[in-house]
Amino acid sequence: MPGKLKAKIVAGRHLPVMDRASDLTDAFVEVKFGNTTFKTDVCPKSLNPQWNSEWFKFEVDDEDLQDEPLQITVLDHDTYSANDAIGKVYIDIDPLLYSEAASVISGWFPIYDTIHGIRGEINVIVKVELFNDLNRFRQSSCGVKFFCTTCIPQCYRATLVHGFVEELVVNEDPEYQWIDRIRTPRASNEARQRLISLMSGELQRKIGLKVLEMGGNAVVGYLQCFDLEGESGLVVRAIGTACTLDKLSSGSAPNTNTHMHPNTAPASNACNSPSKDGKEPVFVEDLPSSSGPPTPFRALPTSSSPPPFSPSKPCSRQSSSSDTDLSLTPKTEEPHSVRCRPGIFLCPSSPILSTDTLSLPGSGSVGCGRGSNPRATTSAPLSSIQSDSALLRKSVSFTEDLLLAASGMGSGGSAGKEAGPLRTLLRQQTQTALEQREFPFFTLTSFPPGFLLHVGGVVSARSVKLLDRIHNPDEPETRDAWWEEIRQEIKSHARALGCHAVVGYSESTSICEEVCILSASGTAAILNPRYMREGCLDIGCTDHRFEEPSPPNCGFCHIPYDELNMPFPAQLTYCYHCRRQKVPDVLFTTIDLPSEAAVAGKGCLIQARLCRLKKKAQGEANATAISNLLPFMEYELHTQLMNKLKLRSMNALFGLHIQISVGENMLLGLASATGVYLTALPAPGGIQIAGKTPGDLSSEHISSIQKRINDTIAVNKELYQINPPELAEEGVGSPIPEPRHRSRLFRSHSESSDELSELDLSHGKKDAFVLEIDDTDAVEDIHSLLIDAPPPTGFYSCNTENMPGISNWTSGVQMFTSVRVLRLSNANLTNQGLNKIFTDLCENLLKSFYFKLRSMIPCCLCHLNFTVAVPEEELIQVTVTAVAMTYDKEQTQEKTAEKPVNKGSLEAEEQLQFPLELCADSSSSNIQTASKISGVGESTNMSPRAASVDYGSFADRCSTWLELLRLKAHTIRRGSVKTSRRTQSLAHSVSSLERCSPLQEGRSRSLRSSRSFGGSSVTVVKMTPLSFLPGTRIIKYLGIINMFFIRETTSLREEGGVSGFLHSFIAEVFAMVRAHVAALGGNAVVSYSMKECVFMENPNKNQAQCLINVSGDAVICISETDQESSASTANTGQTGGSETDGAT
Amino acid sequence: MSVELDVFVGNTTIMDEEVYQLWLDGYTVNDAVKVRMEGGVMDECEASKDVLLSDTMDQYRTFQMCERLLHSPAKLANQLLFQIPPHRQIMLIERYYAFDDTFVREVLGKKLSKGTKKDLDDISAKTSVTLKSCRRQFDNFKRVFKVVEELKGPLVENIRQHFLLSDKLARDYAAIVFFANNRFETGKRKLQYLSFQDFAFCAGQLISNWTVGAVDNMVEDMDVDLDKEFLQELKELKILITDKDLLDQHKSLVCTALRGKTKVFIEMEGSFKNLSRGLINIAANISLPLRLYPCRSDRWSAADMKLYLTHYTNSAHILDTFKHQVVWDRYMGVVKSCIFKMYHD
Repeated sequence: MPGKLKAKIVAGRHLPVMDRASDLTDAFVEVKFGNTTFKTDVCPKSLNPQWNSEWFKFEVDDEDLQDEPLQITVLDHDTYSANDAIGKVYIDIDPLLYSEAASVISGWFPIYDTIHGIRGEINVIVKVELFNDLNRFRQSSCGVKFFCTTCIPQCYRATLVHGFVEELVVNEDPEYQWIDRIRTPRASNEARQRLISLMSGELQRKIGLKVLEMGGNAVVGYLQCFDLEGESGLVVRAIGTACTLDKLSSGSAPNTNTHMHPNTAPASNACNSPSKDGKEPVFVEDLPSSSGPPTPFRALPTSSSPPPFSPSKPCSRQSSSSDTDLSLTPKTEEPHSVRCRPGIFLCPSSPILSTDTLSLPGSGSVGCGRGSNPRATTSAPLSSIQSDSALLRKSVSFTEDLLLAASGMGSGGSAGKEAGPLRTLLRQQTQTALEQREFPFFTLTSFPPGFLLHVGGVVSARSVKLLDRIHNPDEPETRDAWWEEIRQEIKSHARALGCHAVVGYSESTSICEEVCILSASGTAAILNPRYMREGCLDIGCTDHRFEEPSPPNCGFCHIPYDELNMPFPAQLTYCYHCRRQKVPDVLFTTIDLPSEAAVAGKGCLIQARLCRLKKKAQGEANATAISNLLPFMEYELHTQLMNKLKLRSMNALFGLHIQISVGENMLLGLASATGVYLTALPAPGGIQIAGKTPGDLSSEHISSIQKRINDTIAVNKELYQINPPELAEEGVGSPIPEPRHRSRLFRSHSESSDELSELDLSHGKKDAFVLEIDDTDAVEDIHSLLIDAPPPTGFYSCNTENMPGISNWTSGVQMFTSVRVLRLSNANLTNQGLNKIFTDLCENLLKSFYFKLRSMIPCCLCHLNFTVAVPEEELIQVTVTAVAMTYDKEQTQEKTAEKPVNKGSLEAEEQLQFPLELCADSSSSNIQTASKISGVGESTNMSPRAASVDYGSFADRCSTWLELLRLKAHTIRRGSVKTSRRTQSLAHSVSSLERCSPLQEGRSRSLRSSRSFGGSSVTVVKMTPLSFLPGTRIIKYLGIINMFFIRETTSLREEGGVSGFLHSFIAEVFAMVRAHVAALGGNAVVSYSMKECVFMENPNKNQAQCLINVSGDAVICISETDQESSASTANTGQTGGSETDGAT
Repeated sequence: MSVELDVFVGNTTIMDEEVYQLWLDGYTVNDAVKVRMEGGVMDECEASKDVLLSDTMDQYRTFQMCERLLHSPAKLANQLLFQIPPHRQIMLIERYYAFDDTFVREVLGKKLSKGTKKDLDDISAKTSVTLKSCRRQFDNFKRVFKVVEELKGPLVENIRQHFLLSDKLARDYAAIVFFANNRFETGKRKLQYLSFQDFAFCAGQLISNWTVGAVDNMVEDMDVDLDKEFLQELKELKILITDKDLLDQHKSLVCTALRGKTKVFIEMEGSFKNLSRGLINIAANISLPLRLYPCRSDRWSAADMKLYLTHYTNSAHILDTFKHQVVWDRYMGVVKSCIFKMYHD
């Protein structure tokens, strides 16, 4: 009995009229937790009842506390007939279970009914008293923190990043139970809501257990999804990254925050080492050799080459995983099999995939041999892994080991305790930590500087499954095996790219009838071995940043794979920054743009859209048809992305997300990413149109298309301010003295350096990307390329956390969700026609957003997240969630100049982004005279001609001066904002809570208790899909918000049709999220996302149903300028809660 | 191919003031789109007609959902469904309760009943205010009337607090309620030239001087019902016209004071009896205070009128036998200011 849950029902307001005769309601409340129910008295004849109940106490296991929600039902008392339910409130009490989050839940909650929507509000106070449970065999995982945020949360420092955690639970879907035929829709919906709430609780608890076993205390990048499989069940699954987080005291500098050592799982090693040792003595023997390498490594000029274990070992693993492949899916020679693995950067040519283990160690050493460093040391640890490979087949076994180890160690789970005695051992083992892990995956998308060494490219895997073939639908085994299979494939893809880890990893499904497409994608990467080896434990001793041999702003672009044995065809050049390492011509990733990356101009949203018709079919035939289509879709999406990228004159994609959605008669593919120009990568050549069949198309036609394309490229360059700093190369010390030649040479990729001859042989001097027009389809494709309208002036868009090129956000934030469903009336649609319709749908949505948000200009739509679905045969549904944020136009240019100053790094010159003219000739001519202009010109965006060698220092001075100005302007603006707000709140007694200034908020929240009975106003809760709110600092994470709602109507017309119905439902969902956050004492939701929005309608029956699942992190954030008061605000927040308590 | 469903929901509810006004004015979605297109909003953001239509539909839906809340504005501040910044809330309420002067002029003084509501289409045709807008305005009047009917305390303050209106708008509503309650006719042809604001001023005067509330501020309906005792006392003023001596005495006093000060003295002198009778009769039969109209003459300037009434009032004080000085002041103070207000072109 380790926990006591206490709940108190205070009052209700705005209740609906339940008794027509009196126009009043006799309301009472049932409070239920587990199997215990309490009731309040009936408050007769009132629409604003005051119950002021006693404290209802539930004595429960903490396991139940994690799984169950507190269920509050408001009813209307009826003497003669059954009591009518008004509605319910489910309160997830998880945030109360860990000490650092909320201490009390108190506030007004909307009373929700699945048929009528929100019907009034109820004021509830909930508290939990937890007794410390030292039972090491416990089933609960109270205290493990969950974050949806895909980076290290703002007020924490990650001492350890343990790695991938996943879990999956299955249950029968109440909607498909026999009882559903006789119960009311309301009862059915409520059963479903409750079940999903229970399942998410259980899932979270189980993941928490895994984290404790690994020695962590938190899950970051927690991604939970539902699969409504229909007959075969309801699946709730989640993935995340286990970490050990330390809370930073609010006073400490934010810098320490960024410098973290997310090193890998030493604690988990510590846990499992005893048992592992027993099994694999080889491992222990290896230790000396694996701890050896540091010295030679540091001597390396660039540490970009992967650590000892990179390419050779992966292959050993890969062999094991491909075995698994064989057993589960028919494997063909082509990579495009039933499970298609074309990924973007992937396109793994079959020879590589099928390479034998034996041949690989050799190639591995060649791969990283540029530094001419002997890598012989690496072979030893690999063999141990190889022997380990049998283990990998069973996903469970690994965790079982951990479990054994953990209990054997005798300490329940805190990493700190174990770290001490095992430290030495630990350090030696961390190097191979990643290798030991079953899946070296990270759901994080942004990392602290230096963590990410190299990025290989996107890896993705899809698999088509038949749900009616599940042997034991109520058990998770089959699905576990499916995902296991997919993850293995992802891992092997990463190996093929010479990478040992996958970052920005995510999983998704698309279900239509009995067919299910499972997808997973991520970015193959190499993480810093030094962090793994030494990790946080040495954080005080050395600052690794200064030893970092690879320049942070280009290092991640350097290829991790072996250039002689590339997994796919690519043009390699020397990095345009450091000129030491090879980089690809384009880079696709699923992660966010690293903050240190050098970028020219602004980023923009790039989407590839595709529709493919498919014959209606059943069962296996259907699955095969889909499987056959998938590779072509991926290929076309890839081509579209590539073309659009070139068209915008950019060379890298971040945050790439490819969704393939299956319907009865079509497949929809939507790829979204943020394009950016990385200055480390070569400038993209243009697009050249070539007519293959001159008979069909006149050359004039081709040249007119060519002209349009060239014009578009030129316009886009201007629009996104892409003026790559070609002259910056000078600082690097290029061997070529004459700039006139230089620019030309760069473009043709011919390098003077000696080692490169083989590269030139393998890749010709391809300047432009050639598009061949061989039929009318190709013409259509090119036309559709040009359809994408650029955002109107004042707007930018991206789908990542950070907008490349914009960082000076102002306080305007508007999160929104938009849903559009299109009915295809024409039955004889072609693929082309469908593509056009789909593209227009997406484009029109964007146009609508721009129009609606025009008052926020200058503004950027961030984290644009498109989700497509085919809910019915002729319907296409697109759901978008994004946030519009205002920024300060004036400061945009200055920012780039400041950046190097702030960093104070060697790369200052390289990072300067001068809006230079592209023509190198003219710039070179006035190179000597332009130094002064350059600094000024930069700030005013006058496009100065050039810069000289000493511009760096000038820019320093210049930008500090600018910064001063900027600061001044900043303070002035803030001042005025504040006054206006104050006058406002004075003028209108409506609310003193017009916030944005969380300080005020804190104050008002403490007042809340005293006012809660009167007509008090409502706390403003900001929501954003990003992990931050501009101009504010998050001082406290209050817990995860994970809510699932069903809404149904049998009077669709009366509710304003489908649009009216969904509009009010989405508004209600927002309202309920806000209410929960406010009750936790928070004022914002970050990393908000709408995971699911399933809409079904039956207009003939005047019915509709919608399911929505949302999640995010509830936080308290304060204005950045009020830092000193942060502590007091936090206190206010807490006392606010207790005051509420006292007052009632 | 058709758009089956199209919604856009912001965490902070997005509302365009221009569209709100079009909605309030009763435009259909399509008409509103036309108006917006003509207004040039399309150029602002490279929008197309479809975009405009989609936006207008979204906003109309939002307003319809908000309408329920606007019926009791206090709810708007503490409802949870829409996150609307306070200044926006105030704008929404203020505009929702705003009315067309031409419309209100038609229903002023009429009973706010179903019967009147049936006539709204006539009024709509007459005033060229859309029927939808007429209905909203009429329902607003009725709603405010119903709520304040049962409240104690000062009328204007009640309206202001209950409906969160600005002081100006609250006063206007007080006037509407006052007229509706006392059913003062304002539709007479002779009164046509008077604007709603003229009447509102008069109502304000009456409320602050002649109602129960002017004496006691804690009774129900204090500002709506006229002070009955006062009305009774007013009857006593009749003495000024029934008592021949008093009348003559009054006339000579007024004439002495006015002589040489105005060009229309002769006329004033001649019509004194009629004027005085008119004024006093109103007092005796207060239900129609707006019969004050007889005072109006084409040839009298506003200054003349002011002069005349001032002396007319003051002279009465000098009359030895006239004992109702207090009532006289309370009466004439209001009558004077009302007449001044109405005495315009």
